[in-house]
Amino acid sequence: MKAFTRLDGRAAPLTLANIDTDQIIPKQFLKRVDREGLAAGLFYDFRFDEQGREKSGFVLNDPAYKNAQILITGDNFGCGSSREHAPWALQDFGIQCVISTSFADIFRGNCLNNGLLTIELKPQEVQALMAEALGGNHLFSVDLETQTVTAPSGARFSFDIDPDRKTKLLQGLDAIGETLAHAPAIDVFEMKQALGQPWMDA
Amino acid sequence: MPGMAGKTLYDKIWDAHLVAEDAGEAILYIDLHLIHEVTTPQAFAGLRAEGRKVRRPDRTLAVADHNVPTEGQALGVDAVADEEARLQLQTLARNVADAGIEFFPMGDIRNGIVHVVGPEQGRTQPGMTIVCGDSHTSTHGAFGALAQGIGTSEVEHVLASQTLRQKKSKNMRVTVNGALSPGVTAKDMALAIIGEIGTAGGTGQVIEFAGEAVRALSMEGRMTLCNLTIEGGARAGLVAPDDKTFAYLDGKPAAPQGEAWDMAVDYWKTFFTDADAVFDREVVLDGAAIAPTVTWGTSPEDVVPITGTVPVPADFATPDKRAAVERALDYMGLTAGQPITEARIDRVFIGSCTNSRIEDLRAAAAVAQQAFLEGRLVADHVKAMVVPGSGLVKEQAEAEGLDAIFKAVGFDWREPGCSMCLGMNPDRLAPGERCASTSNRNFEGRQGRGGRTHLMSPAMAVAAAIAGHIVDVRDFL
Repeated sequence: MKAFTRLDGRAAPLTLANIDTDQIIPKQFLKRVDREGLAAGLFYDFRFDEQGREKSGFVLNDPAYKNAQILITGDNFGCGSSREHAPWALQDFGIQCVISTSFADIFRGNCLNNGLLTIELKPQEVQALMAEALGGNHLFSVDLETQTVTAPSGARFSFDIDPDRKTKLLQGLDAIGETLAHAPAIDVFEMKQALGQPWMDA
Repeated sequence: MPGMAGKTLYDKIWDAHLVAEDAGEAILYIDLHLIHEVTTPQAFAGLRAEGRKVRRPDRTLAVADHNVPTEGQALGVDAVADEEARLQLQTLARNVADAGIEFFPMGDIRNGIVHVVGPEQGRTQPGMTIVCGDSHTSTHGAFGALAQGIGTSEVEHVLASQTLRQKKSKNMRVTVNGALSPGVTAKDMALAIIGEIGTAGGTGQVIEFAGEAVRALSMEGRMTLCNLTIEGGARAGLVAPDDKTFAYLDGKPAAPQGEAWDMAVDYWKTFFTDADAVFDREVVLDGAAIAPTVTWGTSPEDVVPITGTVPVPADFATPDKRAAVERALDYMGLTAGQPITEARIDRVFIGSCTNSRIEDLRAAAAVAQQAFLEGRLVADHVKAMVVPGSGLVKEQAEAEGLDAIFKAVGFDWREPGCSMCLGMNPDRLAPGERCASTSNRNFEGRQGRGGRTHLMSPAMAVAAAIAGHIVDVRDFL
């Protein structure tokens, strides 16, 4: 997994609440057998009309936000389907950090497993960042080590993150490798289960 | 013991599967891993890249459901017209063969929607931990199993280690007291609950469903209820196992038999919430107050009783919420304040992991039969289809003559799969089409770009097909 330490990048505001993963990446892009190239499908119905032409008025089609690396979004971002294609598409597009008041559980975990940082802030803080991103300067800084987001005006907000998740992100740890180091404990569990609930292996 | 609160059902399943703790996360053993074609190719590729093996192929079961066509399945995967879907189905077949995982391929009578297949094979059992790369894995919570949807990185993790790394969620309980009225189903109960708590109401929590009205539900009804837990934001829903659960499992292919059965039932009976357990959050509803319920908007929380009207944006407190309601009304082509029964429909979809089991089809067929006896058919302007949840559900329905009833009133009778719930296969809505659907998500574009979805129970969907607009099924009873 890719490590996340610090990011200086453009932030795009996406004001809608409850953006589900069907919106982040619609079904027709889920038929791939690899994870590359999904940027083409990111927010497809928001970005393109039925003829595949870019829609004006959607923030990521605005030249000022085209290379955005940070998204500032409405509440409950990433609800719905568990498709990990959502963080893959965001990352393939260049988005490395999403800021919101809350995230759906499965989406948040999927982001973590891909080194995409999700930051939860209070409603008034997200609103303040959203307002700045709507202004003329869109360059924000995110520092995971100090747990801060700095807006173009210099306004700085601290965010909470679980210390273990922080370490995982900073080091870009391979979760499977870490778990397989516990193989003896897994062996013991399986032996106990085979004795206690033998029908499960029948 | 003073100061020692009892444990919840969730606590007990969690504790029974804790392998180790590492870096602040639990490593939980996974008893059953269900897989399908869409969320696994990258996981198997990841294993190959690292030279890792599938640890417990025997605890893994594969089906082909998300993008299979619902016609012509006997022709086999090579005849699937959609090239990408075909490649994904072929990739699954190759991956499971290499790993030695049991697989019900398209066309096998045991194949179907993963959350229908697990229970009907008896693979889903009380007290288990179950995962699948699909958010509606919550369905299996109906058996008192901790069942959760996971992402593809986690699928790879479970394939490699048979464990999942996780932080424990909070305990939430939703109690539905009293009895449901005639014409009101588990679907209506679930939609009413989501309307009450909101689509993020269960975030960070596991919800246990309790109360008389929940206990009175059949296993199929409990599956519908738990299936929709994720639409209320909670990754898992639970109903404590009871005699109904055991009766459902008795005789299923993978259920224990003989002495093992008695031993298993004794074990399963230990999975209940202690009387003195404390929940982080409690919500209580009156079952008798729930009406047949449908969605009007583009989030499962946008619910209205069938006797109600579409909301008026000005009635909402915040500008953001008003804007969201306006956007939803515009997308859905509805007028603020109109009775929901005025919404004229174009399509009806009966199916999905929410409502495609035999009991759902029986309830739907009962309304269809009643209409037929009164000389009424599916309205001329409506295209309606039934997609059974599995080959075995289809076979059972045909043995009971349900297919003949559906066909007689004008429904298409299809082969099993996820179908128009998410439109990954050829079954989808055209832009602007309005659909009465028994599925689980009314998101923008979910059933086809520009499609308009109204979620409801199977009986309500048949009533809508006959009337040609959304209608109160109680008028048909």
